[in-house]
Amino acid sequence: MSEPLVIVGNGMAAARLVDELAKVALGRYAIAVIGDEPRLAYNRVLLSSVLAGETASHDIELRPAAWWRDRGVTLKYGCMATEVDVGRREVKIENEESIPFSKLILTTGSSPLRLNVPGADLAGVHTFRDSRDVDLLLTLAAQKKRVVVVGGGLLGLEAAYGLAKAGAPVTLVHLMDRLMERQLDAPAAELLKSLVERKGIEILLNANTARIHGVTRVEGVELADGRHLDAEAVIFAAGIRPNIALAREAGIAVNRGIVVDDCLQTSAPDIFAVGECAEHRGICYGLVEPAYEQARVLARHLAGRDARYGGSVVATNLKVSGVSVFSAGDFIGAAGTETIVLSDLNFGTYKKLVISEGRLTGAVLIGDVSDALWYLELIRSRQPTLRIRADMMFGRSLAEAA
Amino acid sequence: MTAVDPHLRVTRTTCAYCGVGCGVLATPDGRGGAAISGDPEHPANFGRLCSKGSALGETLGLENRLLHPMIRCDKGSMERVAWSDALDHVARRFQHIIARDGPGAVAFYLSGQLLTEDYYVANKLMKGFVGSANVDTNSRLCMASSVAGHRRAFGADTVPGCYEDLDEADLLVLVGSNAAWCHPVLYQRMLVNKQQRGARIVVIDPRRTDTVGEDDLFLGLKPGTDAALFSGLLVYLADNGALDRDYIERHTSGFEDAIARARSMAGSAGATALATGLSEQDVLAFFQMFANTPRVVTMYSQGVNQSAQGTDKVNAILNCHLATGRIGKVGASPFSLTGQPNAMGGREVGGLANQLAAHMAFTPPDIDCVRRFWKAPRIATHEGLKAVQMFEAIGRGEIKALWVIGTNPAVSLPNADAARAALRKLELFVVSENVTSNDTVDAGAHVLFPAQAWGEKSGTVTNSERRISRQRAFLSSPGEARPDWWIIGEIAKRLGFGAAFNFTSAADIFREHAALSAFENDGNRDFDIGGLKAVSDEGFDAMAPVQWPIRLNAQPQARFFAEGGFFANERKARFVAPEIPALRTETTAARPLRLNTGRIRDQWHTMTRSGMSPRLGQHLPEPFIEVHPDDAARHGVADGDFARVATDYGQCTLRVVVSERQQRGMLFAPIHWSAVTATGARVGSLVAPHTDPFSGQPENKATPASIAPYEYVFRGFALSRAPLELPDHVWWARVAVNGGHGYLLAGNADLRDWQSWLRSTAGDDLAEYTDFGGGVFRAASFAGDRIETCLFIGPARDAGDWNVVKGLFAADALSNDQRRMLLSGKSTDGLANAGPIVCACFGVGRTTICDSIAAGARSAAEIGARLKAGTNCGSCIPELKRLIAQTAPNAVPQQLAVAN
Repeated sequence: MSEPLVIVGNGMAAARLVDELAKVALGRYAIAVIGDEPRLAYNRVLLSSVLAGETASHDIELRPAAWWRDRGVTLKYGCMATEVDVGRREVKIENEESIPFSKLILTTGSSPLRLNVPGADLAGVHTFRDSRDVDLLLTLAAQKKRVVVVGGGLLGLEAAYGLAKAGAPVTLVHLMDRLMERQLDAPAAELLKSLVERKGIEILLNANTARIHGVTRVEGVELADGRHLDAEAVIFAAGIRPNIALAREAGIAVNRGIVVDDCLQTSAPDIFAVGECAEHRGICYGLVEPAYEQARVLARHLAGRDARYGGSVVATNLKVSGVSVFSAGDFIGAAGTETIVLSDLNFGTYKKLVISEGRLTGAVLIGDVSDALWYLELIRSRQPTLRIRADMMFGRSLAEAA
Repeated sequence: MTAVDPHLRVTRTTCAYCGVGCGVLATPDGRGGAAISGDPEHPANFGRLCSKGSALGETLGLENRLLHPMIRCDKGSMERVAWSDALDHVARRFQHIIARDGPGAVAFYLSGQLLTEDYYVANKLMKGFVGSANVDTNSRLCMASSVAGHRRAFGADTVPGCYEDLDEADLLVLVGSNAAWCHPVLYQRMLVNKQQRGARIVVIDPRRTDTVGEDDLFLGLKPGTDAALFSGLLVYLADNGALDRDYIERHTSGFEDAIARARSMAGSAGATALATGLSEQDVLAFFQMFANTPRVVTMYSQGVNQSAQGTDKVNAILNCHLATGRIGKVGASPFSLTGQPNAMGGREVGGLANQLAAHMAFTPPDIDCVRRFWKAPRIATHEGLKAVQMFEAIGRGEIKALWVIGTNPAVSLPNADAARAALRKLELFVVSENVTSNDTVDAGAHVLFPAQAWGEKSGTVTNSERRISRQRAFLSSPGEARPDWWIIGEIAKRLGFGAAFNFTSAADIFREHAALSAFENDGNRDFDIGGLKAVSDEGFDAMAPVQWPIRLNAQPQARFFAEGGFFANERKARFVAPEIPALRTETTAARPLRLNTGRIRDQWHTMTRSGMSPRLGQHLPEPFIEVHPDDAARHGVADGDFARVATDYGQCTLRVVVSERQQRGMLFAPIHWSAVTATGARVGSLVAPHTDPFSGQPENKATPASIAPYEYVFRGFALSRAPLELPDHVWWARVAVNGGHGYLLAGNADLRDWQSWLRSTAGDDLAEYTDFGGGVFRAASFAGDRIETCLFIGPARDAGDWNVVKGLFAADALSNDQRRMLLSGKSTDGLANAGPIVCACFGVGRTTICDSIAAGARSAAEIGARLKAGTNCGSCIPELKRLIAQTAPNAVPQQLAVAN
């Protein structure tokens, strides 16, 4: 008899976990996946691509229904898990009976933050998180609504890019003095800004959203410095918050996220968390790669193997608004480090490598990311770079040919 | 002045460079340039050209070209003026200075690159009508010692042999001549002789140059000891029955004194070896070869001439040929190889301060003869100041007006910094030039006359074998450039000598020149081209290369003196007993080495023409100092590094080349670089101004010098479409490159200074690579897809590959990949290139993916299975699908079906 294993959350982490479990513990668990979104798990990274009209919505599905079926997974999507009873080992589902588990995995992900400003509750204020949001935004864009996107991180840029590409006039406002300040240094952010602006998106930095005007619907956005922006819609994309309510109410230890150990186990036995909702060694990762690494480790653990998660060296490695962006490690360059920079701004390239004690410790790349993974490998392996220093900026093939 | 026929037809002309005087076929391209090839019918080269001649087409551009008369205005800047104003001004100032200080207060400094007709008019004006013999020429630095030696021995400045002798000789002796680099076409003729007839070659030079072939006898003698070697040879010839007693008896005088002096100097092979620093074995080998080979040609160039005993060296050589009667015979002669295209023509008109005109001297009969011919009552009656002394007189303020025509003395004279400084003292400093800027122009010229350049001017030149060839125009004159003879004639007219300068064409002048050569000649003077004094304009235009003498109604004559017939001393040649060889200077503890100077293969003089050719810039692009490995070790300098070379006269900073070809104790530096082509490489400024007592030629090849390492932390280069104003305190050398200007750099300035300099110089489309910790800064600015300016600076051996970047700079457009890799400064040929990244998670490039599609992958999943692309975050899957749609062959649907 297979043990009942319940996964709450039907996102990318869940799909990967099922995949990994099927590889290492096929048949050991009877898996049920509970997700509130009314569709099969999809690739959330591609939502902006759907918004931009580059990909069809159905094309972003991670796995076809048959794939889940073949792995014996009971899919309960469009269902909200409302409560976890740790003692009874049950998950309660809205309007349904509880389902028991012997192992519970929380992959509840995160939610966009809504700024606490006057007018935040007006009609026309949206977020950009799931495929329902995308449908809504596509409607706005089709109507050529004037949109203000609040937040100059990855999510905000993606929303702005998608909306602009779908035809809406877009202004992006960002609280900080540069875009993606957690991933980019100032020159990289400046280049990214100019590349995004070339796509027709207006960007305002040092722009603190003070209030949203409107009677019933959004009419404009007022910034703290008094500037006023006309707007028919506002998209909040100023950060995410791990979804921890379910865990917290179940008495599971939470901090910013659901606290897990190196086996991804929460404070409660047999209850685990992976992905954006989890907090490992004080870090809540907001990217897909750590979630996949966690899923892999957890699957092994659940298969009875000795597997530990030691944290991820986070690398941002993706296309932002159509621009390739990579950053990893100490991309700013702490005191005592050296930096090597290649910038060709008109050509859309900025590359910075940070070297500390003869080793690559950080990198940020805009435009030309061909050697991103090699840099990541060098950062992770802490291999000495003296011999390749002269050429490493220009890629592995040149550096290793020299 | 005749307008140039713009039809694009082949024009026969003569090369602008050395004294070989090769025939050139120039075919204008109608856009100001021309295709250049050797003239197969010219007897100097039979179609062959050297690297410099072949590249003449790259030197015809108008960049930096002087196109209008300019006068320095009160504010100090040069302003364009009308011809008439410039001419009036110069004439008035000359007139005033002559009236106030006498004719000795004015001087002309001419050039072996002038045409004979230009030379003639300048010489006639100064010597005949101004009444001063202060007419000298850069030929003073080139072959004045040969002139003086010829005149002492032959009674005239006669080159006895001809080029055919190089084909016919069994022994070719080169003394102080790097013919392989300096007279390449003649050298090739010698090699053909060597290969086909088995001629032996002996090279006598302190430096093992490229002229020394593997199986040649090389005599690397101590500098300045040539006369000892040839005195030893004379003794050997006498003691071994190799003399032509009959020839000596009938056609010479002074043999006994000469052989006595020779015996005292180098009485045996052993004594000769001691005096010259050679091995006795080598000395004997040479002596025997010479003694046993009737057909021997001894060629000599600057190594002999540029010496304070140059004239004696020449005579020591001539003595050996006179003593064996090997002169003016087929394959047997002494042979002075002249350096410049028209040094010989200059000598023929008398364009040297110690000649009058047409191979006549400052003797009362000659003066009288020329006075009557020219109808010149004020004709100069004594020799003027020779180049080095002329500039010393300028420095002392005795000469107050100078007209420099077609040469760059601020670079080429010995003690060149002093010469340059002297120019600033002139009351009137006029320069006839092709360029707007060179060290001489920049030394404070008051008036610039734009002269026609090679390809525009028309007249004659004479090569080393006395062959007169036409230089013809095949381009129209740019701007307001005029022939030099016209400019000089206009001044002469304004000075009131119109009747004597009423020339309307080069042919006019040539006819008068020819007539003077024949005037009261009667075979007393070697130089006689009276046969051409009535040549028509058409005949002049069509004139084929012709060797002088060309006496009226006489048979042509290729050689002189086989049967005697010298031009003084009762028609006898004179043996001259040379002084004991001694360099004018001593080395000291502070100046322990001797600096030799000379040419390199692909540059010419001060590079005002050859420096425009990218092809010629490739060979040796930067100024250097060559040093023997032992001296390098002793003085702490290393190959590729920099060194300060100092003499009592100046100092230079040069790239070090360590070479066994250099003699211990000797340094060698090329003469070509100037303040407009490099910093700290004015090698003329190092050279001592000691001159030969007979020829006035300076000792350019043996100045006591010291060498010390000079460290530059950074090396590098810049390439730019437009000339660059480089920051101060940077060592640089400029070189022409395809598409613009190259600069080789060295410096100690902070890299951030380079960065701010470049940012102030370059445009907005700027790429930068900075590794300040690693000492590297590289940057390039672009105009569209083309590099506009780029700069590579780094530690000594990590500044980037000059040749690779030069290649990219030459391109009209860079591909994206080329631009991406440009600042690596390295060749990326053969490197794997995956193309732009599509799958960021696994770093899979477009090229790799397309290759996989071409190899059969027909779905994103298949690509994923092969390359992992798209199997992590999956965000590239849409692009993978697009690539499949774009790339895959038509068979896709079927294949897809199979795959699914």
